[in-house]
Amino acid sequence: MVTRLSEISNVIQKKGTDRLKRGFAKMCKGGVVMDVTNAEQAKIAEAAGAVSVMALEAVPADIRARGGVARMADPKKVREIIAAVTIPVMAKCRIGHIAEAQVLQALGADMVDESEVLTPADEEDHIAKTGFTVPFVCGARNLGEALRRINEGAAMIRTKGEPGTGNVVEAVRHLKVMNKEITSLKQMDDLQLKAKAEEYRVPIELVKETKRLQRLPVVNFAAGGIATPADAALMMQLGTDGLFVGSGVFKSKNPEAYAKAIVEAAMHYDDPKIIANISEGLGEPMAGIDTSKMEESQKMQTRGTN
Amino acid sequence: MKVGVIAVQGAVSEHIDALTQAMKSEGIKGKAVPVRVLEDLSDIDGLVIPGGESTTIGRLTLSSGLHGRIVELAQGGLPILGTCAGTILLASEGDRQVKDTDTKLLGLLDMQVNRNSYGRQVDSFEAGLQIAELGRAPFKGVFIRAPTIEKVWGKTEVWAKYQNKIVGAKKGNILALTFHPEITEDLRIHQFFLKQIES
Repeated sequence: MVTRLSEISNVIQKKGTDRLKRGFAKMCKGGVVMDVTNAEQAKIAEAAGAVSVMALEAVPADIRARGGVARMADPKKVREIIAAVTIPVMAKCRIGHIAEAQVLQALGADMVDESEVLTPADEEDHIAKTGFTVPFVCGARNLGEALRRINEGAAMIRTKGEPGTGNVVEAVRHLKVMNKEITSLKQMDDLQLKAKAEEYRVPIELVKETKRLQRLPVVNFAAGGIATPADAALMMQLGTDGLFVGSGVFKSKNPEAYAKAIVEAAMHYDDPKIIANISEGLGEPMAGIDTSKMEESQKMQTRGTN
Repeated sequence: MKVGVIAVQGAVSEHIDALTQAMKSEGIKGKAVPVRVLEDLSDIDGLVIPGGESTTIGRLTLSSGLHGRIVELAQGGLPILGTCAGTILLASEGDRQVKDTDTKLLGLLDMQVNRNSYGRQVDSFEAGLQIAELGRAPFKGVFIRAPTIEKVWGKTEVWAKYQNKIVGAKKGNILALTFHPEITEDLRIHQFFLKQIES
């Protein structure tokens, strides 16, 4: 029997393709990724139904309070968290810190978050992500930032919001800005799209694809300030694909209950009766910060906008 | 025809899109709808349990009461397609990971699954699969933190294999795959499933 060459090449295994990277993010859709700082918290998140956990040294609220340089978590901690749970484990590296990303990939992290929550290592450039086998998620405040990150190889985008504040206002702002900018592409002709591509500093094909899909070409989650089940439902109703909850779970008075309730809220976001039931008697959420009174220098969202 | 897709979490819209396109190509009048609450299961002709996280989907189908109803409907002959996490839940036996996470399986197929069988995300892969039921052209198998089916018994049969591992199993109208046809452009598996519903 003659086997065609195309069939042989089809049988060869491929790893680290765009389809596999973006596909991993798709499997997280509708779910909640929770920040954890140790194995015990990771187990609580898994038991509550989190789709993944994010390993980091301290939750954003504590990073904010502590000050100084925030870096990738201790590899020992990442290993312990990976060993403790069966769900995927993500981990944060500093913006532009290629070596931290390499370490996290070597440790077996399932996705790397090139995150503004940590202190940026490069103020000019983000990591060239296409060269990695591990998929990346990056933060964005608007369509230009999102498309630049996708062009660099990000397999998933999340709103930046304002991490560690327990205040959802910035996440709402970023998601609405992005949605509005995507809608506005609809009316544009080729010349206007070309101008947009130049403004965003990305290939025009990426802008055209976004126009055609009327959404980002990768999964888009909400992050930065989500603290309650109602916050989760709000972001889902605004059209996000899923949620990252940072300080909202483990800075609340009752992490187990908050974790479970936020997971259920992500599923039943359009059913206010269910949201009411699961929100009842949860106890105190994390304390919040009024972001409008914050100094610009205190904001994490303005990091890594290039 | 109305096909439900369990919409707890995971690749829900991808399955809805693939089913919609497959209906169109097969000339079937119908629609694919998300299933979140018990009422959504009341008048469906087929059901998809998508890929995602099996611990999450397992927990929430249990707490929302969907779990028990799916078992009843399957026993009554409802055709079901499970992919990846959906396949884990369809199994009757799991591995240590399934037991450790206290994941309650639907137990609809006589098979044992092994979660995250190939390793972590960096070990996820694409490979061409030869599947007898789909004809000669290989099907692009997309394996993302995929499980494998360790063994099948009783009336459950091997449906697809890759490098000596079982990656697809079938019993009557229930088909379970460890890979993700919903994130390829190939509609053959969704078309096959729709034909099962029609027959």
